[in-house]
Amino acid sequence: MTYPVYLRYEVLRNFRNWRFLFLTLALPLVLYLLIGSVNRHVQFEHVAFPVYFMTAMATLGTMAAVISGCAIIATERATGWTRQMRITPLPARTYFRAKVVVGYLRALLTLVLLALAGTALGVRLPAQGWLTVLGLFLVGLIPFVVLGILLGHLIGADAAALATGGIVTLFALLGGVYGVQVATSGPVFQIIKALPSYWLVQAGKTALGGHDWPAEGWIVIAAWTVVLVPLAVRVYRRDTSRV
Amino acid sequence: MATTNAARAGIVLSRLSKSYGNVHAVRSVDLAIAPGETVAILGPNGAGKTTTIEMVLGLTRPDSGTVTLFGKSPAQAVAAGAVGGMLQTGALVEYLSVRELVTMVASVYPRPLPVEQAMRLAGVTEFAERRTNKLSGGQTQRVRFAIALVSNPDLFMLDEPTAAVDVEGRREFWASIRAVAAEGKTVIFATHYLEEADAYADRIVLMARGRIVADGPATEIKAKVSGRIIRATIPVAGPAGPADTAPLAALPGVTNAERHGEAVILTCADSDLTLRALLSRFPAARDIEVAGAGIEEAFMALTADDNDDELEKVR
Repeated sequence: MTYPVYLRYEVLRNFRNWRFLFLTLALPLVLYLLIGSVNRHVQFEHVAFPVYFMTAMATLGTMAAVISGCAIIATERATGWTRQMRITPLPARTYFRAKVVVGYLRALLTLVLLALAGTALGVRLPAQGWLTVLGLFLVGLIPFVVLGILLGHLIGADAAALATGGIVTLFALLGGVYGVQVATSGPVFQIIKALPSYWLVQAGKTALGGHDWPAEGWIVIAAWTVVLVPLAVRVYRRDTSRV
Repeated sequence: MATTNAARAGIVLSRLSKSYGNVHAVRSVDLAIAPGETVAILGPNGAGKTTTIEMVLGLTRPDSGTVTLFGKSPAQAVAAGAVGGMLQTGALVEYLSVRELVTMVASVYPRPLPVEQAMRLAGVTEFAERRTNKLSGGQTQRVRFAIALVSNPDLFMLDEPTAAVDVEGRREFWASIRAVAAEGKTVIFATHYLEEADAYADRIVLMARGRIVADGPATEIKAKVSGRIIRATIPVAGPAGPADTAPLAALPGVTNAERHGEAVILTCADSDLTLRALLSRFPAARDIEVAGAGIEEAFMALTADDNDDELEKVR
């Protein structure tokens, strides 16, 4: 069973929440347009700054887009809606799938808007390049989608917004989103390379040419997913009490 | 309590217990409800009604004991779409119209009622296009009822379903419930209004402090808990003193007598008998009022001997 009607209304109600959507999409887009346009003729790491910064903002923006789902889940729990749905036959699988789809749609919208903004600032990539980045982002975001759902069932509505900001910033900083690598060798670098955000940044860099996404990237993403999914399922199953 | 085969195929709670810390919310509850029965779980706040309902729905895991719904576990019954209801708390999700929300819930059930029919029965048709965050408290409650109706389950679990609903809304609500019950659905509702339980349930299960203290046909339970209170003004006669309640307590049918100056309060098991005697022995009595005793007082009377732990509110 696919529950298309349920999925449709889940998507609809999330995308009608335009304030939330706007706040999620606006930050990376505004940052990109402001900083990107000022530096549009600057070269950075041997590529045009707008290209570089587009991939950086895509990493930041999509991470925020999927993790921020936790705030919506936390609110649904706080109002009792989650419990109301749990006395319906809606399978947990379908519930999760809808949350994942909504998260990905927000990320996709972020990518599309940034690509349009990039094009406006003169970024030109071959179709192959766009598709590669898109595909790698969809894979690299999996742990963050799951993390959003996990947190949504773990923490309260008040804490969710704060947690989103903190986690995104931390992952972005350590993953090298801001163009500064905390470490490029040694044990700290090994830790950084075990973060999914590092590989999301690397996914963005495939657009810059001369970078590829090695097997290590797949392994890290897979490992995080394998750990987080059962955790999220467990937390969801346990989370039936009044909030 | 009849534990017939029919009841076994309905809802069966067996030695069900749940504690939260030191609070024994539900204590070894046994209950069998046959398919098609309409049962009120009546009790004051903290009696364990909500916890019991949540265990039946599988939302709360019992510390011990079992629940079966139509021969299945709560999780299996829920997955089969056999259960629908209104929880005590439950705002609606925002950014959908009433119609969209009811449609969404209908879509996850195997045998839903037509959305239009459920909305009409619940009285939400006239604001069907309104967004769920633009509704009054009473309207929200009706939409929650529409959600329960559209599910078309075998068992309706309704936890204080008429809270925040006006008188007119209540009447319509209970008319719909009666229609549903007439189709053979099982209805269990929690309430702390005796009138509601008496008027709409075939059977009343009385809970206090986590236990079932009485269980039977509505009329029987009503008689048990419907003591009356007589209030009257009786001038203090002679030098007997204002606190002298002995002649009042001696009136037939009186279980307790209080006097505060001229104001007299008599708690009665048989108020008719008391009233006749009162008027003949105290001809000066005036401003006489007869009222039903509050359900809280009735519960206190029924559970007075139950002192093995302190009365604490569960929520």
